[in-house]
Amino acid sequence: MAATFAPRLLHPGAWWLWALGLAVAASRTTNPILLIAIAVAAGIVVAERRVAGPWGRSFSLFVKLGVLIIAIRMVVEILLGTSAFGTVLFTLPELPLPEWMAGVTLGGAVTADALLLAAYEGLRLAVMLLCVGAANSLVNPSRLLRIVPAALYEVGVAVVICLTFVPLLVADTQRIRVARRLRGRTNRGPKAWGQMVIPLFAGALDSSVALAASMDSRGYGRNTGLTKRARALNAVMLLVGLLGVAIGLYGLLQGGASVGSGAANLGWAMLFVGLVLAMLGGGLSGRRVTRTRYRPDPWRLPETLVVLAGALPAVVFIALGDAAVLTGGASPLGWPTVPLWPLLAIAVAAAPSFISPPVTTAASKRESVPA
Amino acid sequence: MIEFSDVSVKYDGAPDWSIQSAQFVIPEGELALVVGSTGSGKSTLLSCINGLVPHFTGGTLAGQVIVAGRDTADHPPRALADVVGMVRQDPLAGFVTDVVEDELAYTMESLGIAPAVMRRRVEETLDLLGLAPLRTRTLRTLSGGERQRVAIGSVLTAQPKVLVLDEPTSALDPQAAEDVLAAIQRLVHDLGLTVLLSEHRLERVVQYADQILIVQDHRVTQFLDPAAAMLESPVTPPVVDLGARLRLNPLPLSVRDARRAARPQRELLLAEQNGQAEPPAARRGTTPIAQIDKGHLRYGNQIVLRQLSTSIQAGTITGLMGRNGAGKSSLLRLLVGAESATSGRVQVGGVDPKSLRGASLLAKVAYVPQEPDDLLWAETIEQECLAADADANKAVGTTQQLLSQLLPGLDPTTHPRDLSIGSRLMLVLAIMLAGDAELLLLDEPTRGLDYAAKDRLSAVIRSHAAQGAAVVVATHDVEFVAGLCDRLMILADGDLVTDDSAQSALLDSAMFAPQVAKVMAPLPYLTVTDLPLQFPPLAETESAANLNPADFLPAETNRSGGLDE
Repeated sequence: MAATFAPRLLHPGAWWLWALGLAVAASRTTNPILLIAIAVAAGIVVAERRVAGPWGRSFSLFVKLGVLIIAIRMVVEILLGTSAFGTVLFTLPELPLPEWMAGVTLGGAVTADALLLAAYEGLRLAVMLLCVGAANSLVNPSRLLRIVPAALYEVGVAVVICLTFVPLLVADTQRIRVARRLRGRTNRGPKAWGQMVIPLFAGALDSSVALAASMDSRGYGRNTGLTKRARALNAVMLLVGLLGVAIGLYGLLQGGASVGSGAANLGWAMLFVGLVLAMLGGGLSGRRVTRTRYRPDPWRLPETLVVLAGALPAVVFIALGDAAVLTGGASPLGWPTVPLWPLLAIAVAAAPSFISPPVTTAASKRESVPA
Repeated sequence: MIEFSDVSVKYDGAPDWSIQSAQFVIPEGELALVVGSTGSGKSTLLSCINGLVPHFTGGTLAGQVIVAGRDTADHPPRALADVVGMVRQDPLAGFVTDVVEDELAYTMESLGIAPAVMRRRVEETLDLLGLAPLRTRTLRTLSGGERQRVAIGSVLTAQPKVLVLDEPTSALDPQAAEDVLAAIQRLVHDLGLTVLLSEHRLERVVQYADQILIVQDHRVTQFLDPAAAMLESPVTPPVVDLGARLRLNPLPLSVRDARRAARPQRELLLAEQNGQAEPPAARRGTTPIAQIDKGHLRYGNQIVLRQLSTSIQAGTITGLMGRNGAGKSSLLRLLVGAESATSGRVQVGGVDPKSLRGASLLAKVAYVPQEPDDLLWAETIEQECLAADADANKAVGTTQQLLSQLLPGLDPTTHPRDLSIGSRLMLVLAIMLAGDAELLLLDEPTRGLDYAAKDRLSAVIRSHAAQGAAVVVATHDVEFVAGLCDRLMILADGDLVTDDSAQSALLDSAMFAPQVAKVMAPLPYLTVTDLPLQFPPLAETESAANLNPADFLPAETNRSGGLDE
């Protein structure tokens, strides 16, 4: 038992499922108290279990992005909102718009109710994004490759390389700005930008070619015994299937999970067909893939516990359906309620901060020491 | 193991063949060294072995390359991954994963090796290359030598029969290079691996080679015995030059051999100098160009430079050495104002370099960074040179003129990115030199350069110093420093641990002593040109005692000219 909870990196899938659970819960409510509670829960876990390196520090970036989203949502509401009821805070001059844009008003009365609702909706989106940010800080994206189905492996490698490419591009830009100064040029004006782009992209191209040569030399994409057509078919089946799963889930989350309503039925159907297609494609091509995996991440008790902790708020919130506790009390204006059970569920979701195994000291401490 | 039958290679759009009718066989278990000038086709030759040429690079390959019984014509690189391990010039660019352990396993994963076997081989490789303490480290945080060893390990785990290394020590400090070469030697001796490696710094590798292939003007010789090869080679390490100069027979390839063979000459010279073999006093100019006063540089918790104070005088050439990551580049960046000191004061020509912009910067400080590509953005060499003339307000053709001194015979319509790394470095150097800056800072300027190119580089640097410029060269290249610098600063862990005349600092150091100094110690010679001009072979005289010392002692130490004391 002790070994199960000994310091190690948790299975990447567990963290992502946990984060998705929180995100689903967040998507079901506009109650600011619950949303902030979810954000705090995610923050606590990140603070305790984040990985070392730049990815581990990305959470604060997502927090800033979240604040920006709320601000944008409110500005849009002020400018374009159609506040039909509630307490009028102030009135902007209304701009007449051409007829073909009927339904859209620019300016006009801004009510407290509408503004508060916009803020809550912005907060909801921000918190959902924060959950994704939490997963990013808890799992280095390259480790996600380990759980990508074998059939999608080649696509996965490309995606991960793109992900790591962005931070490198930032570093390259800084270096090139310095280089321009060395040659006595300025960094202002469109011409300067044009000249900066050339070394930037030429450099990026060179490094991709070097990486491709290295991967080719090391056996990436070795002959797999399947024809090109069969491989393409498998990949298409898998991708279409996953897309179906995604659309199905979206439909369910939007339309409510109760069987009967049209949207829900379509959602279930999409989910089912998608799953079948993905499993078929994945299974078929998985069989031909001769890749093996070095030290695959084990799935032990902590992984299950973490996933359950994340799933609990999602289940509770979905079960509550459209209950009043989940709405923020923006209209009519009022203080949001403080519901006990959803809050407890969120508290459970923060439990991975101590029930998951600590991040290995070797993996966290060492990495932070630059050579 | 490797068989080339009449192999010729031509890249698409290239006017000439990159390799012409190469014909040789490398037997199993050999450590073969590929030697040749810059741009002679060494990398192309190596890339033929695992099929990168022509499958990846395109172009035409005539003839047949057979590796471990497989014809590369119908085996692309990935199908040869289990027999050929390929380590290319910049290991970081070739890393696929981001942790040491995963990187070691990557090739095996592609090959579909059973998990239990993978685990065992990773552990073995970690031990074999001394990487065990680094297993969970992120690859980007490793030093150059560590990266190179991980790159070697990452192909070794697949248990290839052939290991191909393209300039494995070019970016490494002397100690890291030793570590890497020791690891390679161990592989050859213990595992019977066939190794083929190319290297410009022959002084580091030639003594380990069993056989040598010379690539000259795109033609490849037969296999040659190292000593025989060195007689024919267009590039030779200093120890071989020394052996030839002293007419030692057989020609020594290692410092140890040369030292044993040159004992009579050494004793003769010592007797002549009556033990007064004192190195000349340090030559220093009097006008300081750059000054750092208690410069302190810190990134986060890491101290890069610790309260460092120094000044650089006009007309001097200063070498800056130290381990990878000791703070050499940071010091140069501080001097050009690309970095601001956490505390302390940096001045160049009486002003803070950070405040300089445009032509006034070019007139004060020129800095050639390690990544020369960042400074190149024109379509052709000619455009690049004209832009440099305009930036520095110099007459049209100034840069072109400098470039032809550094690198004769370059086609001005070539795209800068089509040049080899060494040639690109020379182009950037010409561009930066065009401004006639008072302070010239060079970061690792000898990467990818053969000995002849290094000599041309030295000549250009010297002439700039003679005109009053102060030059600082950060480098790992001991031989280059020995032939060029007046003063040597050695950095360790952010501290200036040595600041002395290059001669006494190099002679005094075990790690940084050049080959000639090691052979001739305790005589104070750093390079072959330091030796007395006349040196009759001992075999032709009766005995050393009967020699007339006047025959070979116009003891002119012909080092960096043009400096007025």
